[in-house]
Amino acid sequence: MISNSQLVNKYFRHNKKFPHIWCPGCGIGTILGNMLRAIDALALDKNDIAFVSGIGCTGRAPVYVDFNTLHTTHGRALPFATGLKLARPELKVLVATGDGDATAIGGNHLIHACRRNIDITTIIFNNYIYGMTGGQYSPTTPHGDKASTCKLGNIERPFNISQLVEAAGATFVGRTTSYHTLQLQNIIKKAILHKGFSVVEVITHCPTTYGRINKKGNAVDMLKWQKEVAIDKSRADKMEPKELEGKIVTGILIEKQLPEFCEQYDNIIEAAQNLKNSKPGGSK
Amino acid sequence: MTQTSKTQNLPTPNNHPRITIFSDWCKSCGICVAFCPKEVLAMTADHEVLVKAPEKCIACHMCELRCPDFAINVEEHATGPDSQKGELQ
Amino acid sequence: MNKKSSYQLMQGNEAAAEGALAAGVSFFAGYPITPSTEIAEILADRLPANGGKFIQMEDEIGSIAAIIGASIGGCKALTATSGPGFSLMQENLGFACLAEIPLVIVNVMRGGPSTGMPTSPSQGDVMQARWGTHGDHPIIVLTPSSVEEAFHYTVKAVNFAEKYRNPVIVLMDEVIGHMRARVSLPPESMVERVNRVQPNMPPEWYLPYERSATGVAPMASFGDGYRYHVTGLVHDAKGFPTANPNESRDNIRGLFTKIERGFRELCIVDYEQMDDAEHAIVAYGCMVLSARSALEQLRSSGRKVGLIKLGTLWPFPRFALEHYLPQLKTILVPELNMGQIYREVLRVNAGKAVIEKLNRVNGTIITPNEIVKTVKGMTR
Repeated sequence: MISNSQLVNKYFRHNKKFPHIWCPGCGIGTILGNMLRAIDALALDKNDIAFVSGIGCTGRAPVYVDFNTLHTTHGRALPFATGLKLARPELKVLVATGDGDATAIGGNHLIHACRRNIDITTIIFNNYIYGMTGGQYSPTTPHGDKASTCKLGNIERPFNISQLVEAAGATFVGRTTSYHTLQLQNIIKKAILHKGFSVVEVITHCPTTYGRINKKGNAVDMLKWQKEVAIDKSRADKMEPKELEGKIVTGILIEKQLPEFCEQYDNIIEAAQNLKNSKPGGSK
Repeated sequence: MTQTSKTQNLPTPNNHPRITIFSDWCKSCGICVAFCPKEVLAMTADHEVLVKAPEKCIACHMCELRCPDFAINVEEHATGPDSQKGELQ
Repeated sequence: MNKKSSYQLMQGNEAAAEGALAAGVSFFAGYPITPSTEIAEILADRLPANGGKFIQMEDEIGSIAAIIGASIGGCKALTATSGPGFSLMQENLGFACLAEIPLVIVNVMRGGPSTGMPTSPSQGDVMQARWGTHGDHPIIVLTPSSVEEAFHYTVKAVNFAEKYRNPVIVLMDEVIGHMRARVSLPPESMVERVNRVQPNMPPEWYLPYERSATGVAPMASFGDGYRYHVTGLVHDAKGFPTANPNESRDNIRGLFTKIERGFRELCIVDYEQMDDAEHAIVAYGCMVLSARSALEQLRSSGRKVGLIKLGTLWPFPRFALEHYLPQLKTILVPELNMGQIYREVLRVNAGKAVIEKLNRVNGTIITPNEIVKTVKGMTR
């Protein structure tokens, strides 16, 4: 296994200032590190990777790593990535996005990317809060929990991101936590290898905002909570819905093969060119 | 960008993994200490991570994988004199 | 080539689509919206037949995002829309300005604000095209006033976008977009194509935002071995976010510098009967058609009237006016809005000539007779 030093030497931009911007104990660095380990295990060429993000704490991930990196506008990482992937289908396109970025402002793009089944791997860093702006409630903040814009408790019901993307047609859905690092690496590896739109939802923690206002303790306490509530799909499948209340099912939740967008578009190009050549004077 | 370390001059016998803390990058979140299954690591009163019992390390790498700051390194075998510096360019 | 066969009957929207293809556009992302939809429909057919790609996105925000992504991947990319869609594009238009991504937006204007008058002509988006996205930024806006120009200006727009690493807007009104005219388009081999400058240094030396003497930095495509960072944050020459005041200043000022250096080339202006003119009509888009017709009548009644036809709205070609101001007594600016270019003309005039506006926002055009009447009133 690649060590942290090797990881830093091989994948980080050596002209970037470290330590990185994330707060002490923040899960984003952990997820980024394990994503890099997954990429390393797959022996992908750095030139062939495009790493795209939106806005928020998670949006700052690409700048640190030595790939083709694109830090877009809030919620729009997926349509940027869609254009890039269509233009360069040979690139492995990875998207890093937070819960607010992916499911609030970018919710429409997320469901349509799922529906299109374009070969992009989207890692959703779900920490239940808008961290960078100071801890406002997000579409995944649990009902009743507090945030700086719902100090008396959230009256909205949260999205279950994995169920959302499954319903929207994602052909690969994996979920894990930033505690379960080996599972995280494994799922990201499989998501990258999956031909089609893949989503990896990573339950993670924001000790600075969500953790503090909800009295969830520090990063260590929040990781322990992730360890407690996570239950692997293989076990969850044998359990009653009542037993699963308050649990988070982890593992590869959906994996199916359906025609991928870019490949289908290649067929369109072929058909259109045949049509053009078959028309009299059609070589215009 | 340089990972630097206040080298902790602890005796690390060659048959034990070499643990390096890059203190300039460490934000003292305590994750490595809390989840080390063998209590190899400890947090000092000054909030610095201390390699307290290197001989107990089983090289499970959980500290490395969970460290949000890429600030801890576990090498199973010393690979040469360079690895003693705890400094990488 | 047989000259006769090169004539075709087509709409402005069709001509814009043909212009995009002739200029080498290989990627289109869009969302259906009247009165621009024909452009998407034509390119959905024609792009794949030419090996290019078309995608219909979930909204206009996604559309401009996708063409930015494709442009970073090395494609010449274009989208087409109308007012409401153009409004949605503004944030990412600003991204493209700051990150210096070449792309073209064809905005076939409709009456606004809001849903407005979807099938009626308007020129209400002139200022939005200039200032619609937040923050200081330069922009290039071309406006065709004939079907043939819809072709040529779209070609120019693509070329300017590539040359200046900047978004270019083709601001077309509904009259030009839907007007059918007999046009003669040049064969593809005769169409000038400008390609963005690619880096030729080793990747480790490449600075994606280090301006060359032209004020524009070479642009690598993702996947070509130059691994670099693109961001909507103010950045340094490496492309990395910065809060350093000097680097921030260089970033923003540099955007203006490159457009200022190209100012003369970017300004397309035509003059009709201006040599001896004492009175001028400043017009663009479909207002040129009314103005031209009015001009004939006014000249035949002995009035020394000329036409200054703006092909470029932004950067505003002030020199075109400044050149003729000493000889002009009056200037009339007819527009299908409440007076958006009128203010620019006022600004440039500095009190030398009498400037009047003629405006209409009811979904109909200003007729030649109305222009004649107004000019006669001004020149009495």
